[in-house]
This record gives sequence, structure tokens and C-alpha cells, in this order.
Amino acid sequence: MMSALTPGFAEPVSGAQACFRLVLDAMARPGQVHALGGVAAPAPLCDAAAAVVLTLLDHETPLWLDPEAEAAKAWIAFHTGAPITVDPARSMFALALSQSVMESWHGLPPGTDEAPETSATVILQVVSLTTGTDFVLEGPGMRAPETLTVDGLPPDFAAIWRRNHAQYPRGIDLILCAGNQIAALPRSVAVRKG
Amino acid sequence: MAYVAVKGGEQAIDAAHAWLAEERRGDTSSPALSVAQIQDQLGRSVDRVMAEGSLYDRQLAALAIKQAQGDLIEAAFLLRAYRTTLPRFAHSKPVETAAMTIERRISAIFKDLPGGQVLGPTYDYTHRLLDFGLLEDEAPPSGALTAEADAAAMPRVPDILGQEGLLEPDLASDREPGDLTREPLSFPAERDVRLQALARGDEGFVLGMGYSTQRGYGSSHPFAGEIRMGEVSVEIEPAELGFAIDIGDLVLTECQMVTRFKGSKTVPPQFTRGYGLVFGFGERKAMAMALVDRAMRAEELGEDVTAPAQDVEFVLYHSDNIEATGFVEHLKLPHYVDFQSELQNVRRMRAEAEA
Amino acid sequence: MKGYNFAYLDEQTKRMIRRALLKAVAIPGHQVPFGSREMPLPYGWGTGGIQVTAAILGADDVLKVIDQGADDTTNAVSIRRFFARTAGVRTTTATAEATVLQTRHRIPEKTLREDQIIVYQVPQPEPLWRLEPSRVETTRMHGLADYGLMHVKLYEDIARYGQISIAYDYPVMVNERYLMSPSPIPAFDNPKMDMMPALQLFGAGREKRIYAIPPWTRVRSLDFDDHPFRPINAAHPCGLCGATDAYLDEVVTDDRGGRLFVCSDTDHCADRRAAGHVGAQGLREAAE
Repeated sequence: MMSALTPGFAEPVSGAQACFRLVLDAMARPGQVHALGGVAAPAPLCDAAAAVVLTLLDHETPLWLDPEAEAAKAWIAFHTGAPITVDPARSMFALALSQSVMESWHGLPPGTDEAPETSATVILQVVSLTTGTDFVLEGPGMRAPETLTVDGLPPDFAAIWRRNHAQYPRGIDLILCAGNQIAALPRSVAVRKG
Repeated sequence: MAYVAVKGGEQAIDAAHAWLAEERRGDTSSPALSVAQIQDQLGRSVDRVMAEGSLYDRQLAALAIKQAQGDLIEAAFLLRAYRTTLPRFAHSKPVETAAMTIERRISAIFKDLPGGQVLGPTYDYTHRLLDFGLLEDEAPPSGALTAEADAAAMPRVPDILGQEGLLEPDLASDREPGDLTREPLSFPAERDVRLQALARGDEGFVLGMGYSTQRGYGSSHPFAGEIRMGEVSVEIEPAELGFAIDIGDLVLTECQMVTRFKGSKTVPPQFTRGYGLVFGFGERKAMAMALVDRAMRAEELGEDVTAPAQDVEFVLYHSDNIEATGFVEHLKLPHYVDFQSELQNVRRMRAEAEA
Repeated sequence: MKGYNFAYLDEQTKRMIRRALLKAVAIPGHQVPFGSREMPLPYGWGTGGIQVTAAILGADDVLKVIDQGADDTTNAVSIRRFFARTAGVRTTTATAEATVLQTRHRIPEKTLREDQIIVYQVPQPEPLWRLEPSRVETTRMHGLADYGLMHVKLYEDIARYGQISIAYDYPVMVNERYLMSPSPIPAFDNPKMDMMPALQLFGAGREKRIYAIPPWTRVRSLDFDDHPFRPINAAHPCGLCGATDAYLDEVVTDDRGGRLFVCSDTDHCADRRAAGHVGAQGLREAAE
């Protein structure tokens, strides 16, 4: 079983650092799409989602998996030690391959007004970050509105995000992964359909 | 003379370090102190540095004391900075102080009790007269009369009181204890975290706060129920084994203060506890800690919170001497930018006031 | 360095700090509690900034460290050495060359770029601390965005002095939601924070808080319509390079009231002099 698992970062220290800087930049500049490298992802994860998981998760971060992501459970547990929780309300991260995670966010915690940082971060694997539907983003991190193109978000995503953004400073932060690309939507950003 | 922008920080630092090394060693005509000597002969300093440095390692504490020229806060800081780099292999099971190999055990509330009073190696009844004989080379002291105490016959005094139901029960919790070294302080701070902060806290600060409760700042009527000092064994239970194994011994000092409590609507009059536990022989600290622990329980017990020692946020945010010394001493770092803006501000305010 | 991880911190600690940084960026101006570690430098001497820098730094980064605007102040030297020793990164004094800048009490005069990150050392992250010492209370106020206490303080200043008397660590509103301490930079530097192209990260080690301002984010210095924000600076040009738009240090030159005003940003001043700008002292020297 163990021997069947694909490896993590070839260079764990520099691999995680390089990936983090791109995730940080993606979070700081919503709409920017970055390409990550360095990990051979286990099916069904894409390379970017696998790299983000390796970079941010460890035994201190309870993780909730949607049913489609369950297949990567052994790999994640082996490489990160993250406790897998069946209760979304107890998670710090959620890894989802299906957009159904956004149906009321499955009860993932949005944090509180006094401690909005206690919210969950959702790592969502989508089809593409280069083709698909255009979304217009506005808010901190952008000098002027930016366009983010995504294939794999629900048709009513703008409305779903409006409800998330309306709870600000509470809310879910979203890291989108497709192939080897990532983009991020922090809760501070307003989204409308392009 | 024309002004030249100051350069030379690099050289200044190197020179300061060289001077410090020379001063630390002192007069080279006297032999260098060995770490073993510090470990063996400055045991109370070693204990304090281990307690405030939060690391039980007598040799490293002695090394830190040597490196810091005997500055105990600096030594504790060295130990802490080393401690943070160490990986965590396991969490121990709670130590059992009832099973301590007793070196000292006294109670101020019962004249005699099972196991008796054991004075142990205490300064309590020494007359504080400088012993000029120590200026000379010492002859080895004649062997002390020690008797191996029987742990089974040494029940903790509060447990004796508890049998009568006069002392509040102290039930074990199966909740994971907090850890200030991983999670920053948040409020309300539970008792486990408060005790951790006190155990790591500065002896002088905790002593002063404890003392204040005896002078009317947070009234309490404490009795030293028991003070015990000695060795306890530390056990871990590796998941793959499924049973506990002994990994070594620690010397600890434990103090339980017993305080009268007038009772409330739901609780009959009884005695309550304040608890102190520190690494090594740290009786002063353990006693003061127990007083402050009890004072910080005011809110839980429905007492008015009026005094500094009862203010949990005040005590916990100011007890750590590594934090305190850093921030107090950071005032010697350059502040010319802030001072300059204050200077211009005061000049402007005066100019506008005069205009 | 032998026996220690790249950039001193272990990977577990870096991940914890990185997670806090992402939250901080997602909630601009909000103080995120983090498990600040004991560092081999004292609390209050930049341990927060050092932990943030250690968590973001990579082998290809070029690091600049300043204190009071200068690269050669002793604590800046000490921190720069720490990273040269533990991470082996290239260091620089040139603002334009740096990818990561760690600072205490200043923002460089040169406008920072999108590909740079500035890390501030923060002694006291709570902007309300002088008005309300209890963190339980101030946390509640931030939760409710209830900043009445600060407005009352500023109003009282105006009533008493005819102006707002804060000269440094001048409070700002970030993204019109969080009241934030800009760290003890002079109010002169506050406008540089507004819509800055670079990412701004703040680390408070002793107080165990991290916060951030993403690039291109509104940062407004608190004021009133009839008492607008007025940053102050000495009314002199730099004696060395002649700059009139840079923050100045005041140097006491003799015991008869002699003063020289020079750029606090030593790299900026050196650049200007290299480009041929000369201040009053330089002109005097040339004449002598």
C-alpha cells in the first residue's frame, strides 16, 4: 500500500517555500493565475492541488474531504499527517473535487466576528483556469477590477460568493486548482459574472 | 567637522562580542568554571533556569548560566531559544506527585500526619550569617543523616483533608491541556494554561503578585497545606506499545495552599486550593504560584475581582520574563525616527500655539 | 547553518506561520494570533518580523534589512547577519535590488514594486492599547468595528491642542474595516501604505500577532474633515543630498545648538548623491 504512494516534493524545504510564495501571491492578488511545479499528484488530484496540500497541511490542520477527494486520503495522510475529519465544522481545510462543496459550504466554519481567522480554507479542484466563464473581481489586492476565467464553478457562483462575501470579515477563502495552475479568492473580494 | 553618515555597525558588533567573551572569562589566572561545577554547586540557580527556561536539562541549564555570566534571565532565554528548535517526540502521562520519592515534605496545617514532616535540605533554619570558612578550600562535609522516606506512607495532605469532604474535590480532566508554547494566549484562559504560564513565569514577578494577596490586594486566607519536593518518574505511552514506559526522573517542588471559602448558593463552606508546581527545588516559586493560582480563581468561585493578582489577563501577560526583558530592553534600540517625529510635532504645536 | 533548518525555523513552524499569513492577507488589517516561537533574538527586537521573513524567504530571495531607515544600524546588521547565516540568502542595501525588505520604523522612500514584499517589525500590534489595555476588550471592539474610543481620543486632541498630537504609529483604517497600527513609523510614511504596489506583512512576536495589507489596498490615516491628516517632517532639505521630500534625521553637530538634517533612508541618500545631488554641507565642503 505505502509503496504504491507517489512521492511528495522532491526537495521538501524549497518545494514548500516556492509553492507557498505562489499561493501567497495568489491570495494577495486575486485574479492572478500561477503555475506550480514539483509534485507528481496522486489520482484524482491535479498537481496544483497536491502541491497546495503538501505546503499547507500537517497534523495540526483537520481536513475535510469531499467524497470525490477520498481516493487521495492515504497519500495525504502519509505525506502530511493531517487528521481527516468527517465533521466539516471541525475542519481548518477542505479539499473538494466537486463543486457541490459550495452548497451552503457543507457547514464549514466561517469564523467569528472576533476571530474570523478560525474559518476553513477550501482547496477546490476545477477543470480549467484558462478557459470557461469569466468572473470580474474587485477588492483589496487589485488596482482595478480583474477578470478570472474558470471552468468548473457552478452557474450561480457569483450569487454563492455574494453570500460568502456578505459575512465579511467572516467567510471562506477559496484556493482554485486546475492542472498545475492556481488562483485564489479571499473572502474580501467581490465577484460578479463577466 | 563635517558630518559623515555613521557606518560601522558591523565592526562595532564584532568588537562588542569579542569584549564580552573576554569579560565572561574574567581573570585567566583563576581556573575556568566547569559546567559540572555549576551543575553540582549552583543547583538552585540551575533549578530556576530550568523552570523559567521550560526545559529540564541540568547540564544545558548549567551551560547557559556559564555562558550568561550567571545572569539567570539571560540563561533562561538561551535555554528557551534552544528548546524551540527541538522536535517533539511524545507527550508524557501526567506525573504522579503522590508517588514522589520524598526529599522534603512539610505541612503547616497538621502537627503530625502519616509519613511525618521531613525537613530535607532547607535553608529555613540556617542563621543567615556569612560563612567565612567558604572563602577557603572546603573540606568535604560530613555525611548527612538521610533516611529513605517511604512513598506509600506519604499521602498528600490535601488528600487527607479531602476524605472528610471539607476540601473541594480536584478531579482529573480528560481534556487535552493547552500549550502556550504552541497556541498564543486567549481568554478566558483555563486553569491549565494559567498554571503553565505561572510555572514558566518569572520568580520575582510571581513572588510579588503572591505577596500582594497577603497584604489585602485580593483577600485570601491561605495555609500551606503541603509542600513536597523530590523525584517523580516520567512515563510515556507509545501508541504502538499500548502501555507506559518510564523514561526518566524529574525533581519537582509541589505546593498546595488551602484557603477558606465561605461558600455560595450551591456550594457549602469549605476549603479551596491553590496549586504550585515547579521544576527542581523551587519552593519560594511554588508557594507564590499557589497563592496566585488561587487568586486567579476568584471569578470561577464567584468572588469579586478587585486586585491585580486576580486579574488573569494582567497576570498572564506580564509574568514571562523573557517577553518582559526583551521589551523593556528594546528601549535601548534606536528610536530616532519616532523621536524625531515627536520633536517636530512638539515644535509645530508650540509654534501654532504661539501664533 | 549546521544543526538548524533553512532560515532557522523548522518546517512545522513555517507552515503554521504561512497559514496565518494567508488568513492575514484574506482579512486585511485583522490581527491573526499565531504560535510565535522563542527566537534567538530578544522579544521586542524584531522576533515577529524575523519569523515572518523566515517563513517566506527562499534561496533566490535578496534581503534588505533596515532600522530607522538605515542598513547599518546595529540591530539591522544583526538581523541581516542572522539570515545570511541561517538561510545563506544574498543581502543588499539597495532598495531596488531587494525582493524581501524587513524594516523597523520606516518605509523606504523609493516606491516599492509589485514583485517586492515588505515585512514590518511590530512592537505593539493593538492600535487601541493606550486607550484600552485589555486585549479581551479590544478584540471585542475589532469584532464590532467599534472604534469610537479612538475617535474620541483624536477629537480630544483637537479640543486640547488644536490638532491631532500623534506623530508616529499613527492609526490607519485598512480597507475601511479594521483599525490598524502601522507600527511605529513616522506619520510621514503613512501615505506610502495606501495603494502600495507591494505586499505588506506585519509580525509582532512578543504579542503573537500577524497582520497584512495586500497590494493596492486602501489605507486611510484617521482624521476629520475639518482637521485633515497632516504628516510632519523637518522643514529643511537634506544636508547631504538636498532632498526636500524625504524623511529627515536630526543630527546634533556641536554643543552650541548646531543641527544637521539628513535623510533617514541611507540608501536613498547615497543614490541621490551618486546621481550628483548635493546638499548644503556638500556645497560647503566643495567650497573649502
